Amino acid sequence: MAAPKFETPQLTGHRVIPILARDAMAASKPYAANALMQQALGFPGALVDDWHDKALARLGELLGQYRSLKVYLDACVHCGACTDKCHYFLGTGDPKNMPVARQDLLRKVYRRHFTLAGRLFPSLVGAEDLTRETLDEWYTYFNQCSECRRCSVFCPYGIDTAEITMAAREILDTVGYGSKYTNEIIGKVHKIGNNLGLPPAALQNTLEGMEEDVKEATGIDVRFPLDEKGAEVLLVTPSADFFAEPHVESLIGYAKVFHQAGIRWTFSTHASEAGNFGMFVGSYGQMKKIAMRVKEAALELGVKRIVIGECGHAWRAAYSFWNTLIGPIETLDSRYPFPEHICELTHALIRRGALALDPEANDHRVVTFHDSCNVARASRMGGVPGGQFTIPREIIKACANHFVEMDPETTHEKTFCCGAGGGLLTDELLELRVKGAAPRMRALKQVVDEHNVNFMATICAICKAQFTRVLPYYEYEMSMVGGVHQLVSSAIQLGAKV
Amino acid sequence: MSLLTVLYASLFYAAAAVFAAGLAWRVFDYARTPAPLKIPTTPAPITGAGAASRVMREVILFESLYRSNKWIWVFGWVFHAALALVLARHLRYFTEPVWGWVALAQPAGIYAGIAMLAGLAGLWARRFLVERVRYISTYSDHLMLALLAGIAASGLALKYVAATDIVAVKAFMLGLLYLDWQPLPADPVLLVHLLLVALLMALFPASKLLHAPGVFFSPTRNQVDDPREHRHVTPWAAH
Repeated sequence: MAAPKFETPQLTGHRVIPILARDAMAASKPYAANALMQQALGFPGALVDDWHDKALARLGELLGQYRSLKVYLDACVHCGACTDKCHYFLGTGDPKNMPVARQDLLRKVYRRHFTLAGRLFPSLVGAEDLTRETLDEWYTYFNQCSECRRCSVFCPYGIDTAEITMAAREILDTVGYGSKYTNEIIGKVHKIGNNLGLPPAALQNTLEGMEEDVKEATGIDVRFPLDEKGAEVLLVTPSADFFAEPHVESLIGYAKVFHQAGIRWTFSTHASEAGNFGMFVGSYGQMKKIAMRVKEAALELGVKRIVIGECGHAWRAAYSFWNTLIGPIETLDSRYPFPEHICELTHALIRRGALALDPEANDHRVVTFHDSCNVARASRMGGVPGGQFTIPREIIKACANHFVEMDPETTHEKTFCCGAGGGLLTDELLELRVKGAAPRMRALKQVVDEHNVNFMATICAICKAQFTRVLPYYEYEMSMVGGVHQLVSSAIQLGAKV
Repeated sequence: MSLLTVLYASLFYAAAAVFAAGLAWRVFDYARTPAPLKIPTTPAPITGAGAASRVMREVILFESLYRSNKWIWVFGWVFHAALALVLARHLRYFTEPVWGWVALAQPAGIYAGIAMLAGLAGLWARRFLVERVRYISTYSDHLMLALLAGIAASGLALKYVAATDIVAVKAFMLGLLYLDWQPLPADPVLLVHLLLVALLMALFPASKLLHAPGVFFSPTRNQVDDPREHRHVTPWAAH
């Protein structure tokens, strides 16, 4: 298929909030999942005949299961606070990408079928029947939300569009109208163990190759163990870390940290994926099933700690949901948090002086940090609120001498999504991804112009893949993006005595 | 007992009943619906007291709105704060003797009526002037503003333009409370004011005014950020 033609947003000029461009993104939607992909997850293979009744029935069930959904569908007053907060709206100008307008696509149906006012006076309160057109609009626009929660930071009632999007995608799946990208990946994780479908033998080969590469580069035998029983740490990382650039550079960083700290660790073939796309599609059952693999691997290998690699939504799923979904795991060492982020581990080692780091090794870099949405707004690191901001930055500063912050309106909890989170990292959505990246690119351009920043560190596999793809559209090198542990990998002095 | 008095007395009982029962049902419904997962918008407080404080800052200061948009915050906060003062001032019509703090609030309450109208005007203007807000506004958004503005304007008119027999009004209200009905003055402005208030009470549980109880039940605001320390389990999502 020919790449769709579109214009990359201009980063110059003062106008940041676009004028409305109605239906600008009405044609943007992911490929639909085929029957096999749908059925593998227990969903109907194609749109069912009684989709209308089934969709409403599922909405009714979800309203009874999720307080967030029920309260958020009621509470919105259309104040407009969220209207200029979504990166997809800022990048495309399509009014249905304003969080409130996106929510209203579901809210109008909720009002019509589940509230008194909507039953009696539909046109007065913006209530509408569920039609085939509306169902298609759900598929289009709930697949233009990256569930990044930036709107929820600014809403006076904390309405989180991610909760609405997840519910809508769950309803769509239930009636046989799922997205290929997300559902195919969930199938792979169950069948093979990771999102990328990397089979155990290939994984073993990849890791052996990496041992050779690191030996060649440093002269040191750094191990990349797989399925080693009795290891202290089970490292669960996004599968992109195993071979994608720049992800793999961070993977080497993790291994070097474990090596220098003398921690016995291992990967698992059974749980060779930290990502949990069950969250993206709003399926509690899938999310739990995917998380359960990690528990099974931990028990089988007898590890004492479970550590998560650089992946934003995986960290949300692990930090916020694992204890509910699969916890507690009695065999783990209670002196360590369950689960633990690789940045927490590395940070603690740096504080103890257990790592020999030479920041001059990164002197050719002027580094900035892109907070990943799920880490920033849906998780924590360390013992105090905001540790998810300070810990990665302290690691960077221990590894690099030149660090610059981007505009504070675009970092910490106000960070912009990379433009491809939430299950949208697929090529048929490239226009959306390029345009959705515009707010981040604007902030990046400012520090490039003013401070010669040439490296944007981040701790998310999706962010890394997305920026690698879209940076060239903004005339930046794709190698500008990399992981925090990529910087650690450069700075760590493996031969040194600690 | 005039027909008018009977009509308005019945209207107020009915409106109060719809308001109380409807709101109680909503609160019960929100409370019984589980929040299966920990979803506080972080950074979030890590103690219960911290989370309670976060919710109260939202309720009293509109903290998130302040960070979001200063215009909406100014108009919205002024309107709500003024409304609170005006409601406090109106307690004098339901208490005998009038409570001390209610008496103290009287002078401020007068200005609050004007501030309330100004806040509403600002919020309403945005629905016409800001393209994005115009796009999302429904008829009911405009009608709700019209209703509130009508209440404020008729109330101010009673004070400054068409004074009514306020002593008789108070007797009517106390009569409603103590089931000892007293005649209501038949002043048109007063009747409009009271009619709109009754309408507002009746609409409350079936409208976007549910943002008032909703803010207390918002998981992104009221949850404690402690998922690793405490296993969060709700009935349907257990095991």
